[in-house]
Amino acid sequence: MIKQNFKAITGNQAASESMRQINPDVVAAYPITPQTSIMETFAQFIADGRVDTELIRVESEHSSLSACVGSAASGARTITATSSVGLALMWEVLGVVSGLRLPIVMHIVNRALSAPINIHCDHSDVMGARDQGWIQLFCQNNQEVYDLSLIAQRLAEKAFLPVMVCQDGFTTSHGVEKTFILSDEQVKKFTGEFKPDRPLLDTNNPTTYGPLSLPDSFTQIKKQQSDAFNNIKKEYLTIAAELSELSGRQYKLFEEYKLQDADTAIILLSSTASTSKAVIDELRSQGKKVGLLRPIMYRPFPYDEIAKALSHVETIAILDRTISFGAKPPLYSDIQVSLKNKTKLQSYIFGLGGHDTRTDDIKKVFINLLEKKFLDEPQFLYEK
Amino acid sequence: MINIKELVKKPNPLASGHRTCRGCTAIPEVVRTILRASDKPVVVANATGCMEVTPTIYPQTAWNVPWIHSTFESAGALISGVETAHKALKRKRDMPDVNFIAFAGDGGTYDIGLQSLSGMLERGHNCLFVCYDNEAYMNTGIQRSSATPYGASTTTTPDGKIHHGKEKFRKNLTKIAIAHEIPYVAQAAVSHWQDLYMKAEKAFKIKGPKFINILAPCTLGWGFPENMGIEISRLGVETNFWPLFEVENDQYKINYKPAEQKPIQEFFKHQKRYKHLFKSENKHIIEKIQQHVDKEWKELLKNI
Repeated sequence: MIKQNFKAITGNQAASESMRQINPDVVAAYPITPQTSIMETFAQFIADGRVDTELIRVESEHSSLSACVGSAASGARTITATSSVGLALMWEVLGVVSGLRLPIVMHIVNRALSAPINIHCDHSDVMGARDQGWIQLFCQNNQEVYDLSLIAQRLAEKAFLPVMVCQDGFTTSHGVEKTFILSDEQVKKFTGEFKPDRPLLDTNNPTTYGPLSLPDSFTQIKKQQSDAFNNIKKEYLTIAAELSELSGRQYKLFEEYKLQDADTAIILLSSTASTSKAVIDELRSQGKKVGLLRPIMYRPFPYDEIAKALSHVETIAILDRTISFGAKPPLYSDIQVSLKNKTKLQSYIFGLGGHDTRTDDIKKVFINLLEKKFLDEPQFLYEK
Repeated sequence: MINIKELVKKPNPLASGHRTCRGCTAIPEVVRTILRASDKPVVVANATGCMEVTPTIYPQTAWNVPWIHSTFESAGALISGVETAHKALKRKRDMPDVNFIAFAGDGGTYDIGLQSLSGMLERGHNCLFVCYDNEAYMNTGIQRSSATPYGASTTTTPDGKIHHGKEKFRKNLTKIAIAHEIPYVAQAAVSHWQDLYMKAEKAFKIKGPKFINILAPCTLGWGFPENMGIEISRLGVETNFWPLFEVENDQYKINYKPAEQKPIQEFFKHQKRYKHLFKSENKHIIEKIQQHVDKEWKELLKNI
């Protein structure tokens, strides 16, 4: 094991700590629960002179991402953070960022969308943004928030594509965990210098950013963006491998937990994976061949890689932390496409608006799978 | 004071062939006059609108200076980001000083862009925000904005049997900018280009947020012959419909006082958007507008 410092910190502090070490040129952010403490901690770093960053304390999330557009296009390393309706307010600008190929990293502390208004976690905020051309990484715990933030910075700047680093509101963002932190020098070396392409501030070589594109060029431009987007999985794995040399922690496109010989599995994102692992351990001790697959990179979605990892599994439940009204939930749909309808699948919806998902709930899912109980409609996992 | 020969000798920031309408007063003149007043390199942020759309049809661009567009409502935030990036990067490496300019129409300034503009002014960014005010949403086809004056017919406030154009007075955006207590606010008009040049030159020398609101007649939206835009702008000033003034560190200065104030009809009579006001039954509307113009002018003079 490589010697590293550890700190007992929250998920939001893990995000702020990564930002302190990355020392971006510009951060623009607007407070929103449960993201606020990322911005507050970072503001303290500025107040104490621990970073060189310029913090723009904007008047809305729309302006925070708009200021980030100006900053990133200018050639400055730029980070922001938000949650829930804040992300919804940024909606229009999300597509501008990816369409202009600006490598902005955004921390998203997942929280339900209104109404009813609710400050607790689900994935309805970020799932609504999944088609906006941002790479999406989902973190299980505080350590992953820290590690994936470092990977995200490199990945964004390598591919000229924006990255969302998602963590579960409160469960991760406000939960204290032991988190290993690399040295400032290691991070500085790992993230390196941002080398912008034709920055706006190069006044000797003026560039027009964000022109009007008519039907003769629009599809071609979007196709190029789509190709670049689909090609980043390899870059991600290379960068993740490089970080693992420093940290000893390996990141793949998804995590497999006791999946290799499993005949029964569940698939879900983020912090509820930890709860599921405890259930898997218990069922394994009873001789049940159960396992877990947890996507880390959700966009671009690793269809083929996931299909391969699940090829031997007979029954699968997919747990989505959002509703897709009038349609199958997003993670379920993506898995269904990966598996080309060959495997028997059950859809569940869980944890909306911070509803607690306990080991008993996950156990119920596994028991239904083991008893081959399948229902057509997505099942809501909550006590009625 | 600079003369026209000297002005056109300066590098042209916006190439000809920029695709704006024949007779457009807003875009070519506002851009060229203001940017030529800068003694430093410039970076421009543009809200969505005619100025944004017409000169940048991919893969061509008429902009000879660094230029960025993001959304309709975010010009203030966008230029804030650019200016802040410059501040951060200048600490790391040798970079020239730059003047930062945001251009927006009245939609991107008075209405959808107001919050973002207010944020930029309040945070104290070293940027100049310029509104080219053609008094309606011209890019989408002449719909009313909060800058549309009382009585003007637009496609969303048309003249009809019961209603006769817009029935609200325009928002006094220049006053709103002044209320931010920023170092420099001015009103200008395209007819008085030397005054506009002087104001831009002055704004560039002042550190902090600056705002210039420019009356820019629109041939299509106001309904006048293509060769009359400058003359109509002049009538806007001569009638006190659009006074030329500046507020520098709380000190007001009227830049032009008409020797004899012309009646508002002189400004209206060449414009189709006011045609219905000249019917005898609508005389009271013109009187109401005249009273409002006089009241606003008197209030402005009180500040001197």
